[in-house]
This record gives sequence, C-alpha cells and structure tokens, in this order.
Amino acid sequence: MNVRRLHISISSPVCMVLVCILSLMGCSPDKNEYKHPKGIIYCSEGNPASFNPQLDTSGTTVDVSSHQIYDRLLDFDLVTGETVSGLASSWTTSEDGLIYTFQLRKNVEFQNTSYFTPTRSFDADDVVFSFNRWRDKNHPYHDVSGGRYPYINSVGLADLISDVKRINRYRVEITLVRAESSFLSNLATDFSIILSAEYADQLQAAGTPELIDTQPIGTGPFKFKSFRQDRYVRFDAHPQYWRERSSTGQLIFDITPSSSLRLAKLMTGECDSMAFPTHSQLDIIRKRKELILDEKPGLNVGFWAFNTTKPPFDNPEVRKALAMAIDKNALMEAIYFGSAIPAASIIPPSSWAFQPDSKSSIYNPLGAAKLLRENGIEEGFSMTIWAMPVERAYNPNAMKMAELMQRYLRDVGIQANIVSYEWSTFRARLNQGLHDSVLIGWSADNGDPDNFFRPLLTCSAIESGTNRARWCSKEYDTLIDKALTYTNQEDRAYFYSKAIELINEKMPLMPIAHAFRYQAYRDNVTGIEINPYGGIQFRNVSKQ
Amino acid sequence: MLKIMLRHISLLTLTLLILSFFSFSLAYLFPGDPLVNLTGIRNSSEQGYALLAQQYAMQDSFISQYWQYVNHLFAGNWGLSFSSGLPLAEEISRSLAASVELSAYALIFSFVIGLPLGFLAGLRHHKFIDFSLLSASVIGYSIPVFWLALIAILIFSIQLGWFPLSGRISLLYDIPYQTGFILVDILLSDVPDKEFAFQDALQHLVLPSVSIAIVTCTIVLRITRRSVIEVMNSEYIQAAYARGLSPRQVFLRHGVKNALIPILPLLVMQFTTLLTNAMIVETIFSWPGIGNGLIQAIYQRDFPAIRAGMLAVSALVLTFTITIDMVIQIFDPARRRPEHATS
Repeated sequence: MNVRRLHISISSPVCMVLVCILSLMGCSPDKNEYKHPKGIIYCSEGNPASFNPQLDTSGTTVDVSSHQIYDRLLDFDLVTGETVSGLASSWTTSEDGLIYTFQLRKNVEFQNTSYFTPTRSFDADDVVFSFNRWRDKNHPYHDVSGGRYPYINSVGLADLISDVKRINRYRVEITLVRAESSFLSNLATDFSIILSAEYADQLQAAGTPELIDTQPIGTGPFKFKSFRQDRYVRFDAHPQYWRERSSTGQLIFDITPSSSLRLAKLMTGECDSMAFPTHSQLDIIRKRKELILDEKPGLNVGFWAFNTTKPPFDNPEVRKALAMAIDKNALMEAIYFGSAIPAASIIPPSSWAFQPDSKSSIYNPLGAAKLLRENGIEEGFSMTIWAMPVERAYNPNAMKMAELMQRYLRDVGIQANIVSYEWSTFRARLNQGLHDSVLIGWSADNGDPDNFFRPLLTCSAIESGTNRARWCSKEYDTLIDKALTYTNQEDRAYFYSKAIELINEKMPLMPIAHAFRYQAYRDNVTGIEINPYGGIQFRNVSKQ
Repeated sequence: MLKIMLRHISLLTLTLLILSFFSFSLAYLFPGDPLVNLTGIRNSSEQGYALLAQQYAMQDSFISQYWQYVNHLFAGNWGLSFSSGLPLAEEISRSLAASVELSAYALIFSFVIGLPLGFLAGLRHHKFIDFSLLSASVIGYSIPVFWLALIAILIFSIQLGWFPLSGRISLLYDIPYQTGFILVDILLSDVPDKEFAFQDALQHLVLPSVSIAIVTCTIVLRITRRSVIEVMNSEYIQAAYARGLSPRQVFLRHGVKNALIPILPLLVMQFTTLLTNAMIVETIFSWPGIGNGLIQAIYQRDFPAIRAGMLAVSALVLTFTITIDMVIQIFDPARRRPEHATS
C-alpha cells in the first residue's frame, strides 16, 4: 500500500498543534513585563475567622485586617518600637497619669465601598464607638459576633478604662482607673482598631449589625472587596487614604494552607510574597536569586520552665544547676537551624528593656553535677520534661529539643522522661500543674516589655494560665507594678533590670532562644517590612 | 424513536431517584443531627430549628422526609456549607462548571492529538511508527495522572517557569461570575485588557488539561488505530483500490468516515473517565472545581457539601451517559438492543 503521500496530510494537524503549543510557550516567559493589572498578591496561610481583630487574636485574622482595613489611634515605630501618632495627631497625659486626651487627625476619610458610602470623615464619635463596643457590656454592639474580645480581656483594658468621652469633634478624653504606662502601647496594638460609627448606625437601622465584622469599613489603606473561603481575599486601594501611599493598586491574599505550595507559587511569581516559610525552606529561598529573604529578631522567647511548686524544683539552687547542665548553643544549630539567637533573659534584644550585660546560665556540666549533689539530688534522680506538640517560631521542634536535653541531663546523672499530649490537653494539664518542667515560649503582642514580664512570671498569671513556672514572688510583682507607674523609659528600665536580675538569681525558667521572623518576597517588590509588633503591613509595598 | 426516548428518560428518572435517596440517607449515616446535615444550619435558635424541622418534615415518616428533601432539591435549596456558610447550590454549580470546563478542553485536546496519531498508527500497521506510538501509548496509559501532574509542575512551572501552577487565572484579574466557564466569562466581562486576561487563563489551562488529556489521548489513539486497521483491511476498501482510486482518495472518501462512525460514541464516553481524572488533578493544580471542593469538604467534615457534591457529580455523569446512549441509539439503528428476545 502506498501511503507515503498520505503521511503529509495526516501529520499536518499534528504539526499545527505543536505550533500552537510552542507559540503558547513562546509568549509566556515575558508575561510579567507588561500585561497584568497592578496589584500585590500575598500567599497567606489560612482563612481569617473575622475581619475585625478585636474579636480574634489569631495571626491570620490580624494579618488580613489590622493594617490593611483599619488604623489605630497610635502606631508602633517599626524600628524603635516607640508609640507614634496614628489617627491621634497628638496626646497629653494628666499629672497623675489617669486622664489621656487625644487630639484627632482631621480630614481622614472612611472607605467608600459598594456597601457603604460615608457622609462624614473620621471624628471623636468613631473613637467612642470603637472603644465602647468592647468596654461597655450594655453597648448595642457588645454582643454582636459573640461578644468576646480576647486580647482586650487578657490585658484587662476594659477594666482599666473608666470613661471614654467626646470633648469636641476632634478631641477625646480617656480616663483610667489607675495609672499604667503600658496603656499607650496597648492602644497601638493590632487589636485597638477604629471602626466607623456611622456605618454601625446604618447597619443597626437595617437590622444587620453582624455585617460590621464581615463587610468591614475602616480608614486603612485598603478597602475590602470580596472574600471566598479557601480561595482569596480581595482589597482595592483606598484612594482617599490620609497617609502617603505608594501606588500598589489592589491587594490580594491568596489563601494557600500548604507551605510548600506557597513557596512554589512564590517561585513561579504567582505570589509576590509568602507567609511563614518553614525552617527547611529558608536555604532554598536564599539560593534563588529572584527571591529575597528578610530576617529580623522576633519579639518572642522560647524557654524551659520549672514547676516551682513541686519539690525539688522549689529550690532555686536545683533550678540553677539544671540550667547549667544544658548547652544552649548546641540547641541553636540542632533545633533552630541557626535562625535564632540564644536568650540571656526573657527580654529579646529588640526591646528597649533588653539588658545587654545580663547573664543567664553558663554551660558547666561539672559545676551542675556538684551543685545538684550539694542540694541532695543523687545520681539516677528522675524528672519529666513536657514538650509541646506544636511548631512555634520560638520553638520549632520541642520534642527534638527535649531529646537533646535528655542527653545533657544524663551527663549530670538525671534521668529525664519526655511527656507530650495533644495541644489542648497539653495546656489543660499544664494549667493543673502536673508537670516537672516544660519546653514552651511566648510571643509578644506589643512592643511594651510589660507584655513579657507580666504574663510570664507574675502571681496573677498562674491563674490565667501563662505563668508556666507557677512562680509567685511578691518582690518580683512589686517591681513589675512599680515599673508601670513611671512613664519615662529609663525609669522603667531600671525596675526591669532589677526584675531580670531577680529571675537570673531564682531561675524559675531558663530562657533558651529568641527566634527570628522571616519574610520572603520576590525581588521586584519593595517596601515589605517585618512588623515585630504584630501583623503584616502592605501600605508602603510596591511592585516594579 | 419515541420508545427509545421514553425508555431512557424513565431509566434516568429512576436512577436519579435512587441516587437522591442515597444522598438523603447520607444525612442519617453521617455523624450528628440529620437535620443539621441536611440544611447545613448549625447553632440555630430553638424556633428556627423547629421551623426547619417542620419544613423538612422531620417528625413524619422517613418517606415523607425524603419527599420534602427532593422538593427542596428541585427548589434549588441544597443546604448551606458548614465551612463557608454559603448556599451549596451556588457553590457547587460554580465548581462543577470549572470541572466541566477543564474536562471539555482536555477532551478536545486528546481528540486533536489522539485521533491523527491513531490514524497514523493504523495506516502504518506493524511498521516502526506504529510500534513506537503503541509503546508510547502504553507508557502514557500506565503513568498515574497525579504523578504526571506533579512532574509537569516541577519541570514546566518551577524549573522552566513557562506555565503557572495554580488556579484558573491570575488573581489580579477579577472576572465576574456569569456562566462559570472562565474563558466565556472573560469574553462576556468588561475588564480592561481582556486579551491579556484570556491569554493568562489559557496559560493556566495548559498544564492541567494536558495532564488529564494524556491518558485519554492514549485511549483515543488505540481505539482509532484498531478501527482504522479494520476498515482499511475491509473488502470495500480493497474494491476502491481495485477501481483505481489513489490511496489519498480511498482514505479520505471511505476510510476516515467509516473508521470514525463506530468509535465516535466510545470516544465521547471518555468524558466521564476524564471528569474522574480531572477531579484528581484539580487538587494538585488548586483548580477551583468540584473534585478540589469535595476533598476540602472531606477534610473539613463539611457533611452537607459532601452530600450535595456527590449527588451533583453522579447526577451529571449519569445524565451525560444516558443522554449519549440515547442519541446513539436514535441515530445508529445498528446499535439498538433487541426489544424482544431473539433466538
């Protein structure tokens, strides 16, 4: 059969298909150069629970809402950590530190969206509304969306404020029950956002008050456009934003729970920046020349807390001896892959209360063994190390850390058993004080050092479940309370240095590491800065 | 013809009823309150719950509950998703459209590649090119589709950077939802730079549709090859040669048509296989289709979504299969099954 000529006619469609495919490929490499609409895509790690950070402390909710949709009266300076003016252009404090008067910025516009058109700019009514929503239990909006305000409650802000008063359209007066110098810092946290009172009134008149948290309105640099669960959150630029802003255009959170998929999207340019690269991905990111990895010491501390209510751990000498038995520097490499610095105290170096010359334990197994024997701990003494089951920046692998520490403790004649439960059970049993010692840590919510000292070691924090050492010292509590009565940083730093000395002397916990925070993005993106005091900010971000 | 249609429609109705009954019983088989599993409304007030219970006839017999359920289904009330709280009818029609779109392009793709190659192999029966195509098709057929998709991502997205690896279109384009078919929606929309959006959507389509198409392509190739070999060896082809027609004339006038007609229904039926494969590939390429949606629903124990999603997929496959079968029997009498017993 002669089919030679036939061959040409059959294969021509094949050729055409090949040409089509090749032409499709041909046009793809230069795709980023000219055609896409303007915008930043951020690959985030999960669905936000709400669009109001007053209601939820999870980082996912904060990232998506706090600095995109809203503003606060005050902000943190990302470099110095000091509180700087936000929606309040200036503020004054009364002599006794009980009355704060805030002068509000004028001509700050709320976002104009498909569901709300503001008729007035930001003023004192919005501040009063936003504060009273969580402060006043009888406020019509207090119980909307559940009525729980976790951060505000955990720092006791609602009980601290006795009154929020409008003086005139651009002046608000806040009266406190007692003077507390961390008050201003709390107003600058991600959670003290300002809502629109006018929008709230409209929603209430329409009978749909709960929309205030799902279709949010604020004064922030981006206005909410749409949210599809497991897919994306879309924002448009807020054209009348009061601060100077680069021309980012839209902002999109591409919800991608898998961290390897986030990295893959960052590599292909489908994301401009990604959330939470894992420690094992850091080297891959560093090696790709089109990707940039920023790192910054985080405001956190990982530590080993001893249950000071249980003998023999109620003896400071025993606790010190145990701390001396551990080589922190070896843990840095094995557990943190070099992405952390060894901690000398519970305060990280980026805080102003950091004491550069404070000395925590020094690795000395012989001295540790000697000290233990002197205090009646014989060879073969057995204790438990509780290792938390989840991964946290301050301790990416508590289980492995516990195994390493087991070996160090064996060198000084102590038999350590590792205990772990599912996360919620783990915390519940810690609250009951069933542990001998535990590997856990703390991440701060604001730049104020009180946020480390108070929740970690004060007597009242035993009850609220953050004082894992169950250590209660009147002397320490007095120092921490005293520090808050002063507003000057230097005066406060004096009390904090005393507190650190006391901790090092009594060693209720052994600080291990301050972990870095990472931000990975593509090299054509500028203006992404790690915010050590909370959620990510896209206000200054732009893309070439 | 009327008889054929009637028979198929009654078959379809009956099977759909059985399917809907199965999906209804899922509400009882899943853990938790059946009413909650049906409606997807959790934490409703006491009055709200009582009202729902009345609407779904929960106090009546199982059969009347089922009847109410079917009524709700037809009214477009498929319940709410546990995880998103949105109406499932809309969620599912959106994602089903995405899956159908992906499968349709993959089907076209496998025809465009598979048919010509099948003809080529058939015409060069037992020649080198036939053997190489056949062995290539065996390899293509044996590769697991999810593995292929992952390799494609590794090479063409991450290494070479030619194609994007997730979604239907860059999120920078906000294409309003109209038909659920992204390419159609782009053309209908009034976004600026439409042609760029269209090109971007095409690029997003390439990897997922090719990964799915490859398996189907090999099936198409082999079916076509077999049919071409049979036809080209038949007596009327030999007769055509004997009448002095050129090979080209013989093939185009007699070969193509006669080789294609018997296999066309077989080929169209590949759509259902494709849809199944598409559901796997969707999860890898984050394609917002029904397969991806079902997997998410299973992870999140979103019982209403599992129930409604399974019903929608099986109803679609069933309707498609029975309709095609009906059309074939109407147009091709040779395929009609004997109505009465024959000896």
